[in-house]
Amino acid sequence: METDSKDEGMAPEGAPSQNAEGREAFWRANKRLIFILLTVWVVVSLGCGVWWVEWLNQFTIGSLPLGFWIAQQGSIYTFVILILIYAVCADRLEREHGVAE
Amino acid sequence: MSLAAVLLEEVADPSRPWTFAFIGITFAAYLIIGWRSRVRETRGFYVAGQGVPAIANGAATAADWMSAASFLGMAGLISVKGSDGAMYLMGWTGGYVLLALLLAPYLRKFGQYTVPDFVGTRYASSTARIVAACCAIFVSLTYVAGQMKGVGVVFSRFLEVPLEIGVVIGMFIVAFFAVLGGMKGITWTQVMQYFVLIVAFLIPAFAIARILTNGDHSVPQSAFLFSDLAERLNQIQIDLGFEEYTKPFTSDTRLNVFCITAALMFGTAGLPHVIVRFYTVPSVRAARWSAFWALLFIAILYTAAPAVGMFARYNLLNSLHGAKIVETEVVPAADGAAERSLYRLESPKGDPLNWAYNWQSTGLLSFDDVDGSGTISLAKTSTEATIDKDIIVLSTPEVAGLPAWVIALVAAGGLAAALSTAAGLLLVISSSMAHDLYVQFVDPEASEAKKVMIGRVMILLAICVAGWFGIHPPGFVAETVAFAFGLAAASFFPTILLGIFDSRTNRQGAVSGMVVGIAFTAFYILGNQWDTIFDVTREAGFVRPWYMTRWFFEISPQGIGTVGMLLNFAVTLVVSRLTPPPPEEVRELVRNIRVAG
Repeated sequence: METDSKDEGMAPEGAPSQNAEGREAFWRANKRLIFILLTVWVVVSLGCGVWWVEWLNQFTIGSLPLGFWIAQQGSIYTFVILILIYAVCADRLEREHGVAE
Repeated sequence: MSLAAVLLEEVADPSRPWTFAFIGITFAAYLIIGWRSRVRETRGFYVAGQGVPAIANGAATAADWMSAASFLGMAGLISVKGSDGAMYLMGWTGGYVLLALLLAPYLRKFGQYTVPDFVGTRYASSTARIVAACCAIFVSLTYVAGQMKGVGVVFSRFLEVPLEIGVVIGMFIVAFFAVLGGMKGITWTQVMQYFVLIVAFLIPAFAIARILTNGDHSVPQSAFLFSDLAERLNQIQIDLGFEEYTKPFTSDTRLNVFCITAALMFGTAGLPHVIVRFYTVPSVRAARWSAFWALLFIAILYTAAPAVGMFARYNLLNSLHGAKIVETEVVPAADGAAERSLYRLESPKGDPLNWAYNWQSTGLLSFDDVDGSGTISLAKTSTEATIDKDIIVLSTPEVAGLPAWVIALVAAGGLAAALSTAAGLLLVISSSMAHDLYVQFVDPEASEAKKVMIGRVMILLAICVAGWFGIHPPGFVAETVAFAFGLAAASFFPTILLGIFDSRTNRQGAVSGMVVGIAFTAFYILGNQWDTIFDVTREAGFVRPWYMTRWFFEISPQGIGTVGMLLNFAVTLVVSRLTPPPPEEVRELVRNIRVAG
């Protein structure tokens, strides 16, 4: 996420919200952030929780097969963390690009 | 019914005064909150004046989302499905990631009152708005009927009140705060209902975790992960001829579990009563944060549920298999019910199983000592017990030997879960009829006061229809609720997503995509489920035509929404590029909703 701030996102604090450049840059950085987080989302839920669950069950976590635990617990924790990361990073992106409300 | 009522009196006796007290106190609280949140203008009525703080909206969304089925039925469902129960756990939580990242912030920036508002404005089309409004009404109505029935069931089971009267009491309570306060009244009662339902779910969950692990673990999630219960349960399952509890794909193929999980996740993100909750917060930033709070609050119940499911299954098999029959009472045939036997049981270790005796009276648990051996067998091929999955959560407090007031708390929690979901759905029905259809097309000149009046009338009407369905549930309700997700995934989700992320998507693309997505999904579901939905019995030797089989790669009708959604995406993207781009004002709207400031 840090790399995004190097771009044209150095709009001065309190810049008018109509600055087209900041808006464009925010949207590009936002799309990239969403893409990364959704990749994790699909790999953990539909990947580890469903598609590769039998293979993952050869490993154990605590006293449970790993795939089973990811499917019934780990995936849900991951979802919560993904939204938390997005909420924090999107706040920061908006401030960096001067497009906060 | 009367038999059950008489027997319930015996069963619920110590907890009944507590049940009356808890239900009385919580209902009084809902009424007070409803009275204090009454509103006079449409913005208050439909979106709570956009003044709900993120964390409160999170709690309200969680209560809105977790229905009677989540509260009472899900742990039991997982307990029966074993590893494959994960499709409901992931399916009903994963969609919030999509909502938070792809839909909620931008719809909040758009800032109208309903989902059809967005579809109608983005695609500059009244047809699209009408189609969206009708979809929203259909999905919400099928869903709400189940909730009203849930209210009636809780009343009849815990308070020996007839189901009809239970439904009417529930209708009155919802009508009071929904008609007076609209979205504002609904939101603040939902916040309260969340706390009632989560406490009611967690207390028995913690207690049973502690009992089954001999005090090593109190937190269900850690007992699930670290105790040896899973190993012991796997061993029992194998001894009795079942597959291991933790073994995946015992109930369906891998492809089907994949498709059903995906359909539930994308469907969640397309359900109007969830989306509309994000219109009620003050800012785009608050929309993102309230999605976080919502999923956190939901996850507290959803990570405890698989633990409860596993503990309950272990406990049932462990204490009932090999139980000795101490005494047999014969209940004579009455009220059209056949003669049956009630068994007093003793666990293999010699402890009396009073809860097993009590639950037989409700008919949700029954035994039949077929081989006359004097003990009960639960082996897969020679089972002598019939266990309704609904008793898993309901019987947990008794199984764990908890005091009577906990049982009463579970009843109040079940009612909170059912009423909060019903209220959210009723608002969507009312806003679709009043705001999207009536005011838009019949009386666009209506004054503010008249608009609110129409909203109130519509919500009252919706409550009456829902109550009627609750008392006389049509056979197809249970079937259609499961498919509401598939239809939402194949219709709303792609249309809204592309409306935000692809400015080239135009009216022609969106409408043809929706039509193809819904038509394909509905055709496949109707073909496969025709006989169950319409209660048709086929003669022997009936050859099912291709459209009544799983003709698309053997995919189950519950998972077909995933394919319908992909079709919708493909058709929308292609048709939009073969037709003229949307007008400049629509492109400007898209640029505007993408950025908060």
